[in-house]
This record gives sequence, structure tokens and C-alpha cells, in this order.
Amino acid sequence: MKLETDDMGDFQVVTVQEERIDAAVAIRFKDRMREVTATDSPHVVLDLSRVNFVDSSGLGAIVAAMKQLGSTRRLDLAGLTPTVERVFRLTRMDTVFTIHDSVGQAQSVYAG
Amino acid sequence: MPGKHAVKCPETDTEFSIGSMGGMSTDKSMRSSKSVCIRLSFASGELAVRTALGQLKQGLAPMRLSKVDESNVELVLGEVLNNVVEHAYGANATGQVTLECLPAADRLRFCVRDSGKPFPGLHLPVARQPIVDGPEGELPEGGFGFFLVRSLATELNYRRESGRNLLSFHILLSPYGGSG
Repeated sequence: MKLETDDMGDFQVVTVQEERIDAAVAIRFKDRMREVTATDSPHVVLDLSRVNFVDSSGLGAIVAAMKQLGSTRRLDLAGLTPTVERVFRLTRMDTVFTIHDSVGQAQSVYAG
Repeated sequence: MPGKHAVKCPETDTEFSIGSMGGMSTDKSMRSSKSVCIRLSFASGELAVRTALGQLKQGLAPMRLSKVDESNVELVLGEVLNNVVEHAYGANATGQVTLECLPAADRLRFCVRDSGKPFPGLHLPVARQPIVDGPEGELPEGGFGFFLVRSLATELNYRRESGRNLLSFHILLSPYGGSG
């Protein structure tokens, strides 16, 4: 489960360098997210633009990653591809996360 | 290597042979210019599900489904097959999983068969929409799978017969499918 992370100043971006977050990798995703977000950053943006498939296990792992941050830190999502966006919409999880079109758009919104 | 097994799908009452493990066969007698009949058989495992989904998409390619229809197929079959791996067979067991896909004019009909444990209560999970209104710390991390299945598939039917689970369902195709 390849995750890359970068400090964007206003937030930490975590880019998923995988095409699928599904049952086969959901637990590894959750564990890796815990590792890469063990920082002081109060605001994390998860870049999903390379991910073209998320199933219910993957969705659960993304929710778990948000809960892992704790109540004082936030997790936004960016770059949802069509199938992934549908899964979030069908389960109404799109109301739980702030979703950006892209990391670039998130930067404009949060430019300090 | 086990010999050929006969599989009978309750949807169609068709009986046919499944060949060696991991193979995909296409019944030429049922193939028209745009539709195919697909049968897959594989040993249970999470990575095997990924492979099976890829083979299924390859098999459906001649139908030129719309992107939405293709993603519905992958979402529903992903949930159903992973459910077999995780619950019917579970961590300590393995076994065969058989998938059949039979297109009709406006839908794809599926039949999934395994020899694992039955659904609790011998019925499919009643899946409600996940509750997302509560506090963040209480958001559900599971239980979405059959909600997605029930949202995207119809004619769900489950039967337990001779130590096997038989799950059939339909996925309706968009009216103007094929335009990608």
C-alpha cells in the first residue's frame, strides 16, 4: 500500500499511489495511514486521484483513517474519480467529508 | 486436479461444466455479436477476487457497457465475492467460488455459488443506509457491503442447497449502454 506524503504548508497531503482500496488492502491502508499521519499536522488532505475503485472495505478504512486522527484534526478528500464518488454518494459518506476536486483546489480554499 | 463438475444455475436451469480451477470459459453457442456467457471458477481468496473481477470485465468487454454499468458490475460482484471469501469461507477455510454471468436484453444475470458457511439465519443481510448523522467518532466502518449490493442490484435471491450457497441477482443496464 503505497502512500506518499507532502507538507503543503496549510495542510499535509497524503497521496494514495494505488488504483484500488479494496478488501485485499483495506487493513494495510488503515495501518499505513496511521503511520503517515502520526504528525502534528491538524489538517490532512487525502488525494485519491489515482484510485479508480473503492469497495465497502476501502470506504470503511478511509472512515477509520479519519477517526484515527482524533477529534481535533480533520481529514479531507481530494480528486475522487467517478466510481469512488458514487460509492461515497450512495452511502451518504460524501456528507461526512469535505471533498475537493483536487489538491490544487484544496490549496486555494485553505491558502493562509 | 479435480475433474469437471456440473453446475446448474437456478436462474436458467442451464447445466454446464466448469473446467479447471482459475479458468474462464465462454460458451460459444450462446455468444451473439455483442453478448457473451461467462463462467469463472476460482479458489477463494481476496487477491483471487481481484483477478476474477478483472477476468469478468475482460469477458464483458465485447458488450461495450457504459462506464456506469461496468462500475455497478464491479461494485456488486466485489461485495458479493469478498463476502464469500470473508464470511462463507473465512480466515481458516478455502474452497471454490463459481460465478456465472448471463446477459439479457436489458440486464446481466449473475449466479454465485460456494461451499462455505450459510448466511446467518439463511437469509441475506437486511442492509440499511449507513447512519452518517451522528458524531464523527461513531461513524460506522462496516456494514456497507450489502447496502451497496441492494442499491445496485435487483432480484436478489439466496438459496442453501446440498451444502452450497447459491446467490443470484440482476444488474440492470443503462438504457443507452454501450456508448461508454
